[in-house]
Amino acid sequence: MAEQIIFYVLAILIVAFSILSVTSRRILRSATYLLFVLIATAGLYLLMGYQFLAAVQISVYAGGIMVLYIFSILLTSHAGDKAKPVSWKRLLPAGAAAAVGLAVCGHIIYHNVNKVMSLVPFQEPTMQDIGRTMMGTDKYQYLLPFEAISVLLLASIVGAIMIARKR
Amino acid sequence: MMTYTTLTIVALPALMFLFLGLLGGKFKPAVAGIIGTLGLTIVAALSYMTAFQYFFQVGKVDGVYQQLTALNVNWLTLTDKLHIDLGILLDPISVLMLVVVSTVSLMVHIYSMGYMKGERGFQRYYAILSLFTFSMLGLVVATNIFQMYIFWELVGVSSYLLIGFYYTKPSAVAASKKAFIVTRFADLFFLIGILLLSFYSGTFSFVELNDPNGSVLGQPITATFMGASVLSWAMILIFMGGAGKSAMMPFHIWLPDAMEGPTPVSALIHAATMVVAGVYLVARLFPLYAFGAPEVLTIISYVGAITALFAAVVACTQTDIKRVLAFSTISQIAYMITAMGVSGYGGHEGLGYMASMFHLTTHAFFKALLFLGAGAVIHAVHSNEMKDMGGLRKYLPITHITFLIACLSIAGIPPFSGFFSKDEILVAAFEHDKLIFAVLYLTAGLTAFYMFRLYYRIFWGENDKQYHHTPHEAPLNMTFPLMFLAALTVVFGFVPFGSFVTADRLPYEGHIQWPIASMSILVGVVGILIATVMYRKSNDKPDRVAATVKGLYKASFNKFWFDEGWLFVTKQILFKRVSAPIAWFDRHIIDGFMNLLASVTSSVSHRIKGIQSGELQDYAWAFYMGTMVIVVLVILL
Amino acid sequence: MSGIMSNIPMEAYLIVSTVMFFAGVYGFLSRRNMLTILMSLELMLNAADINFVVFNRYLYPGQLDGTFFALFAIGISAAETALAIAIIINIYRNLKNIYIDEVSKMKY
Repeated sequence: MAEQIIFYVLAILIVAFSILSVTSRRILRSATYLLFVLIATAGLYLLMGYQFLAAVQISVYAGGIMVLYIFSILLTSHAGDKAKPVSWKRLLPAGAAAAVGLAVCGHIIYHNVNKVMSLVPFQEPTMQDIGRTMMGTDKYQYLLPFEAISVLLLASIVGAIMIARKR
Repeated sequence: MMTYTTLTIVALPALMFLFLGLLGGKFKPAVAGIIGTLGLTIVAALSYMTAFQYFFQVGKVDGVYQQLTALNVNWLTLTDKLHIDLGILLDPISVLMLVVVSTVSLMVHIYSMGYMKGERGFQRYYAILSLFTFSMLGLVVATNIFQMYIFWELVGVSSYLLIGFYYTKPSAVAASKKAFIVTRFADLFFLIGILLLSFYSGTFSFVELNDPNGSVLGQPITATFMGASVLSWAMILIFMGGAGKSAMMPFHIWLPDAMEGPTPVSALIHAATMVVAGVYLVARLFPLYAFGAPEVLTIISYVGAITALFAAVVACTQTDIKRVLAFSTISQIAYMITAMGVSGYGGHEGLGYMASMFHLTTHAFFKALLFLGAGAVIHAVHSNEMKDMGGLRKYLPITHITFLIACLSIAGIPPFSGFFSKDEILVAAFEHDKLIFAVLYLTAGLTAFYMFRLYYRIFWGENDKQYHHTPHEAPLNMTFPLMFLAALTVVFGFVPFGSFVTADRLPYEGHIQWPIASMSILVGVVGILIATVMYRKSNDKPDRVAATVKGLYKASFNKFWFDEGWLFVTKQILFKRVSAPIAWFDRHIIDGFMNLLASVTSSVSHRIKGIQSGELQDYAWAFYMGTMVIVVLVILL
Repeated sequence: MSGIMSNIPMEAYLIVSTVMFFAGVYGFLSRRNMLTILMSLELMLNAADINFVVFNRYLYPGQLDGTFFALFAIGISAAETALAIAIIINIYRNLKNIYIDEVSKMKY
C-alpha cells in the first residue's frame, strides 16, 4: 500500500513537472523542473528495485547533466530573462501533435491492459550481478557496448573541447 | 656470323635514329649529316658483305638457295601455336632488297648533304631518314607477316614525317596527311587479311606459310566466303594493303602529292624502296598466291596493267617534273605488279617473278637517279615547273648525261638495265596473256614518250632562256650519287639475275627473246622520236596535238579526276551521308539525353531545395508526422 | 522490496512515461530556445529509459537487459548533451543568439 502511495506521488510529480518544464517561460525554472522530473524518475527506479540505476540516474543526470545545463543557461542568458511569448501558431499545432501522439499511445496501452504479466517478486540484482553483466562477454553480457560507450565518451570529450575552446 | 652482321644492318639505323633524334641538335648540321652518312656506309658495306656471303658462300645448298633464319626472337605469345616473332630471314629476295635499300639510302644520304644544306631541321631530316632505313630494312628481313606489318606501318610513319618535312607549308602538311590516311586505309585491309590468314593457318611465319607441302598449302583451307575460298579473300585483302603502299589504282592518289617532300626523300621512299613494298609483299607470299589463290594473281595482273597504262597516260600531260616522275613510278611499279600477276611458280613459268624482282632492282636505281637528277635541276632553277626550265644541258652537264642515261634505261633502250628487265616482263606477259602484253607494250611506248618529253623540256627546248641567276652544276656530294647510280644503271642489266633470284629459288638461265625484245626497242624508239619531234625545240606542235585530243588531254591533265572522285566519296558520301548523321545523333540524341538528365536533376533540386529550410523544427515536424503515420498504419492494419 | 507482491500495474508506469514523452515532443516542437529544446529531448530520452526498465522488471525480472539499455542510454545522452551544449555555446559566441528560428545561417 505504501508503495502505491509512493508511486502515485511520484507519478503526479513527474507528470506535473514534465508539463511545467516545457511550458515555463523562464528557462532556469524549466531546468529546475526538469531536475525534479529526473529525480522522481530515480525514485521510480528505486521503487522497481534497481538501486544502482537510480544512483546512476541521480549522479549522471541530476548531478552531471543538469549542472551543464545550468552553467550554459547562465552563460547564454541574463538574470530575469523571460522567453518571448510563443505565438499560438506554434503552440497549437505542437499541442495538437502531442495530444494526438498521446491519444495513439494511450489507445495502444488501453488495448493491451492485462495482456502482460503483472509484477512477480524477484531477487534484486546485486552489484556482483551488475558487474558481471557489464564486464562479461557471454550471452546477455555487455562488455562490447561498454567499451563502445567509453570510446564514444572519449570522442565526445575531445569533440566538446574542440568545439567550445576559444580560437 | 651472319646473325650479328644482319642484326647490325638492321639495328644500326635504329641507333642512328635515336642518336640523331635525341642528340642531333647538339651538333652542327654538317656533322650530323656526316654521322648519319657514315652509319649508312657501314650498313651498306655489311649488306654487300651479307649478299656476297649468301649468294656465293652459304646460301646455295644442292643448287637451291636456302631460306636462312638468321635470328628469331619470340616477342609475343598469343597461343601455343600463334606467336609473334621478330627475326631476320635471309633468302634471295630479302638479301637483294638489303642491297637495294642500303645502296639507294646511302646515295640519298650523300646527296642530301648537298641538297638539304642550310635547311632548318637538317638533323631531324637525317634522324628520320635513319628511321626510314631501319623500318625498310626490318620490313625486308621480316621472318613473319606480322613483323612485316609492324615495319610496314613504321615505313608509313617515316614517310609521313618526311613528306611533311616542310611542316610550315600547308600543302606539305596536307600531302603528308593524305599519304598517311590513304595508305593506312589500305593497311586496314592488309591487317584483316593477315588476321584471316593466320586464323585459318595458325601461323604467321613466312617459311611455314610458303611451304608448298606445309600446313597451309598442303591441307588447303576449305572454308569459303561468297563463292571464293577464305584463302583467296585473305590474299586479296593482303594485296590491297600492298596496293596502298605501291600506289596501285585506286589507291595511287597519295603518291603524286607526296612529292611535296624533299626531292631526295622522293627518290628514296617514293621511287626506290617504300613504294615497291607491295611488289615485295606479293613476292614474299608468292607460293601462297601461285598455289593457293591463282585467281587472285589474275586480278593482280589486271590491276597492274590498268594502273600502268593509266599512270603512263597521265604522266604525258603533267607539267611539274616531280609529278611526271611520280606517275612514271606508279606506272613502273604497276609493271612489276603485273609481272608478278602473270608469273607461275618455277622454271620458265616463273619468269614473271624473276622479271618483276629484276625490274624492281633496276627501277630502284634508275628512278632514284631520275629523282636525284630532277633534284639537281630544281636545285639549280628553284622551280618544279617545266615552263621555268629549258636549255639546261649547257649549265648542268653531269646531270644532263646521267639523266639521259636514266631516261634511255626506263625507255627500254639497250644496253641500259631497264631494257633487260622490261624485256623479261614483256616476255612473261606475252606468254601468259596477250591482252596484258598489249597494254604493257603500249605503256612502254608511252613511257619512252613522256620521259623524253620531260628530258627535252628540261635540257633542250628554249636554248636562249634567260634565268634570274645562271644555273650552275651541283656540288660533288650531289653529283657523285648521280654518277654512281648512272654507272649501276649501265652495268646492272648484264647481271645474270635469274641465277640469283627466282620464285622457286632454283637458278634459272634466262635468254633475251629477240623477237619481243626488238619489238620493245622499236616502240621505245618510236616514243623517243615522237617526243623529239614535238619537244626538242620549242614550237606549237604540243598545243596542236593537245587540241586534237582535247577530251583525253583534259582528262589526263586532271589525272582522270581520281582525286575528285575520292573527295566525292569521302566528303559527299562518307562525311555527309554517314558521318554527319552519326554526329547529329551523337550531339542531339546521346548528348541530349545526358543533358536532359542533368537539367532535370538540376531543376528539380532547384525547386525542392526550399524544403531544406534550415529550420530544425520543420524537420522535426516532418519526422514526427511520418512516425505517427507509420504507427497509425501499424495499428490499423 | 523483493518478494513483496505489488499491485501497481505496469500500465501505470507506461502512462507516466508516455505523458513525459509527449511533454517532451510538445516542448521540442514549440519552444524556440535551443537549450529548452535540448531539455525536451532529455525528457523524451528519460521516458524511453523508464520504459526499458519497466519492461525489464515486469516481463523479464530475472535478467538485466533493459536496465543495461537504460544505463547505456544515460551514458550516451550525457555525451550527446555535452556536445550539444558545446555547440550551442559556440553558436551563442558567434551569433549572440540561441533562438532556433533565428539561427539559419548554415542552411543550404
